[in-house]
Amino acid sequence: MTVFLPRDLDEALELRDRHPGATAVAGGTDLCVLWPERVAARRDEWLDLSGVAELRGHEWTDGALILGAGTTYWDVIRDRRAGEELPLLVEAARQVGAVQIQTRGTWGGNIVNASPAADGVPVLMAYDAVLELRSRSETVELPLADFYLGYKEMRLAPDQLLTRIHVPRRTYDLQWFEKVGSRSAQAITKVGVAVTRRDGEWRVVANSVAPTVRRCRSLESLLAEGLPVSGPADLMGALESDVTPIDDIRSTAEYRLEVLARLLYWRLRDVCPSIT
Amino acid sequence: MSGDGVEIRLTLNGEQVAARVGEHDRLLDLLRYGLRRTGTKEGCGEGECGACTVLLDGVPVNSCLVPAWQARGRSVETVEAVPEEELAALLESGATQCGACTPGVVMTAWWVRRNRELVDTHSLRELMAGNLCRCTGYDGIIDGLAAWLASTASGEPGGPG
Repeated sequence: MTVFLPRDLDEALELRDRHPGATAVAGGTDLCVLWPERVAARRDEWLDLSGVAELRGHEWTDGALILGAGTTYWDVIRDRRAGEELPLLVEAARQVGAVQIQTRGTWGGNIVNASPAADGVPVLMAYDAVLELRSRSETVELPLADFYLGYKEMRLAPDQLLTRIHVPRRTYDLQWFEKVGSRSAQAITKVGVAVTRRDGEWRVVANSVAPTVRRCRSLESLLAEGLPVSGPADLMGALESDVTPIDDIRSTAEYRLEVLARLLYWRLRDVCPSIT
Repeated sequence: MSGDGVEIRLTLNGEQVAARVGEHDRLLDLLRYGLRRTGTKEGCGEGECGACTVLLDGVPVNSCLVPAWQARGRSVETVEAVPEEELAALLESGATQCGACTPGVVMTAWWVRRNRELVDTHSLRELMAGNLCRCTGYDGIIDGLAAWLASTASGEPGGPG
């Protein structure tokens, strides 16, 4: 096992380039679970990003909240402005694990860990977040909604690091996040959904119901077109083309789909004339 | 580093310390076996139970989920740093029974105690949700923390903030 300990971003990018197989680690809240067994099972290279100051912290510009990839959930929870302007970030962050996880887990780590159950990703995607991906030679931007290709597969080249996340500052007339788990803390999501609406344009993003966190584009169209809906069953057709839940240790495909449809129906009925 | 570990420096309970850590050591291992501060206990080892909670740069973390090399240059506080007289409220409320979770409970509660503004945005139950306890049913822990917050610490001239 080899661990690289870069002191700044240039050094981290150089190491990323030279050691494409190294696993980048920041807060470690997923990678370090059962760490001794993991280490024993795999003789790996690790790239520690915790010492890279450029990845930490967040800032508000005129147009966006810019999260360093190493910004923790707790950093955002404690920023009152985040709660006022982009409340879904705070709501989702407060439902990740508990304080001990929130102080360590990072927004960037949540994105590149690429768990279908990631709680930070649906809200970022519902806010149209854009990723800044850097290599030694260039910096590119990519919408988060276009980042995932399949289970744990993403558009991240071996020489790239996710460095920053841009969250546009906009006003929404509807924003909502719901997580369903076995309990309110220390629970991994069985089914979750983030919804935003702005000038009649919808974002509906679900987690734990597909190989990746998934934007539900069919459902977004159904809502934007104002097609009549008179019960959760009327959302099923669109949802079935958007998501592909499975049975696993935490829940069943049937439960996940049914609960997703019911959550959406009962929440949106109050705010959509087409839903009765 | 590869194979023979790395020398790191950190601040432990206000003291500068140096230690050699292996690639696979966790902060929990460094504390218990490297630095012989055995107050911090291992519970689940997978970031679920909070028994191994310590403060890292002033905020609670599960020390089983922190690679020891990530503690370089940082400040760590463990249960050994909490003055015994501070624990009266938790003792009186029945916040501890078997004791397995207690060092972690004390560290999270100690953090809340010193950052009282947290209760403006968070309930005590939410703040303590990362510390599982199978004995007390939690009421003793929450009541003890509430009493602790209401008490005036020795050496705190202004009283509760």
